[in-house]
Amino acid sequence: MNKLSTILLLTGALALAACNNPDRFGAGGAGGAGGAGGIAAGPLGDPSDPNSVAYFNQTIGDTVRFAVDQSTLTPEAQTILALQAGWLNQHPTYTAIIEGHADEQGTREYNIALGDRRANAVKAYLISQGVGANRLQTVSYGKERPLAVCSDEACYAQNRRAVTVVGAGAGV
Amino acid sequence: MTPAPLTPDLFSRNRTRQNRTGREEKPMTPVRTLCLALGLAGLGLSLAAPVAQAQGGPLRIEITEGVIEPLPFAAPGFVAENPSAAAIAEEITRVVAADLAGTGLFREIPASAFISPVTSFDAPVAYADWKAINAQALITGAVSQGSDGRINVKFRLYDVFSGAPLGEGLQFGGGQGDWRRIAHKVADQVYSRITGEGGYFDSRVVYVSESGPKDQRLKRLAIMDYDGANVQYLTDSSTIVLAPRFSPSGDRILYTSFETGFPRIRLMDLASVSSRALAELQGNMTFAPRFSPDGATVVFSLSQDGNTDLYSMQLSSGQMTRLTNAPSIETAPSFSPDGSQIVFESDRSGNQQLYIMSVGGGEPTRISFGEGRYGTPVWSPRGDMIAFTKQNAGRFHIGVMRTDGSEERLLTASFLDEGPTWAPNGRVIMFTRETAGAGGVSQLFSVDISGRNLRAVPMEGGASDPAWSPLLP
Repeated sequence: MNKLSTILLLTGALALAACNNPDRFGAGGAGGAGGAGGIAAGPLGDPSDPNSVAYFNQTIGDTVRFAVDQSTLTPEAQTILALQAGWLNQHPTYTAIIEGHADEQGTREYNIALGDRRANAVKAYLISQGVGANRLQTVSYGKERPLAVCSDEACYAQNRRAVTVVGAGAGV
Repeated sequence: MTPAPLTPDLFSRNRTRQNRTGREEKPMTPVRTLCLALGLAGLGLSLAAPVAQAQGGPLRIEITEGVIEPLPFAAPGFVAENPSAAAIAEEITRVVAADLAGTGLFREIPASAFISPVTSFDAPVAYADWKAINAQALITGAVSQGSDGRINVKFRLYDVFSGAPLGEGLQFGGGQGDWRRIAHKVADQVYSRITGEGGYFDSRVVYVSESGPKDQRLKRLAIMDYDGANVQYLTDSSTIVLAPRFSPSGDRILYTSFETGFPRIRLMDLASVSSRALAELQGNMTFAPRFSPDGATVVFSLSQDGNTDLYSMQLSSGQMTRLTNAPSIETAPSFSPDGSQIVFESDRSGNQQLYIMSVGGGEPTRISFGEGRYGTPVWSPRGDMIAFTKQNAGRFHIGVMRTDGSEERLLTASFLDEGPTWAPNGRVIMFTRETAGAGGVSQLFSVDISGRNLRAVPMEGGASDPAWSPLLP
């Protein structure tokens, strides 16, 4: 494993741990890899290796964007999702959690529901492309996890997104 | 901490009194005086404001049109009846005065203006000296502390221009750690007697404490006194938590937690700070919970396959009932105080609007019809109004409307205001205000329902999603 993949691996594991830690007071909890959702951490690999998660995340693209207050998939999003589906179909041992997100221009509860719509729009598309429904889960973060932090459309557009988070090496 | 009348009752021989017009009236009957100037916003008229006591009438505050000076009061330091009570007596006086001044309805006259000191709680009141500095209300008190640390606080309220007490003297006993609550109870009495409204100072607020950068915000549940004091954390910041809500008795909270990796509702017992999942609903998200007024039922949103609808659950049996069944988003439900109806938001019309339905479900009635989007409706504890968040033309507002949607009035405007919660007396609203940009932070603000007295709740660090408790027992 090269240095880059080690860093990616660590980053990925930390991100999963942060999202999934089920222990209310954190210390020594059973969170992280193998935690909630049945997703385990694994090597991301090299983005030039079509069999790697890094390839899925970076070369195909793990993220699709949405218009304001919409969950309709744009043609660009459908192109990306078709490639995602192809990858998932070729790598049947992987599962995925699809995260739906909203920008900050909305109330908290509504944005949770809106993010759920977006995540499920992605899930439905992947299923339509042959990915087994039992390999896909959805979650909405509403406006709780913005990718970009400015308060104008340049950032909002990046935050209205759904991210397909592939669980490396996880059996179904 | 049950209040007890002071005995012997110094005021019993004076059950009735003459006011300045010579009319006889009972001093113990609070005049209903906070009249609300509703429905003026749309006409561009000035918002409600306090009117200090008119010369010649009984001591009272009326909220009507036009801005008049807040009612001036004097709160000389409560007398320490033994040396160990001296420090706490001064602290209690300060909290009482801060509660009253914080409403914007009262103005404290500084002690430097006082003509005669109050050295004994039972000495006759030198009305002329208080009248001379235009103190319309005078609050006197005394504090004693036992060898076991317990404190006893007595107070009296005087209508200076009438030259008579306003209501009976009362005393409160409690542990040393209760001193702030006792001070709030004294202030609630004063507020109540002068405004004719219920008090709200002896109450708590549960909220989400925030820290860290905007894209990695750390959130934890916390609880504090209504004025920002006595902060206690209820969870750590290892997982996202959202929107806590009090039970009607104030002993439990519902909130949404991501600790399973998915947003799910949890129920926490505040005394033990222990929590459990409301229900095991694998594969679904649950959020936006709220208790019924009897505390037996929870109404909430459940998302399934990308569609969010409202459900209710009996806490005792776990039995769930589906209340809405529409392809649109139904969320942010809130019960009417009589428990018969639920107000919620739905985007079934194409964008977020407010609807009311029967507690058992059924066809809802839309109540919001203005421009923009309406969300997070919360029924007033008095039953007369609904507070909401409105988005219009790139701005966020906190507003109130009648339960039929009439008399809509916007109380605030900013880059992002959301999530109103009512004070127990239905006269003040607390909400989240977030500032724009990469360095944006959330803070709690309060405003009264006339749109006056907008102020930040004094606290350290970021905060969001406040929920006001009932008045404490």
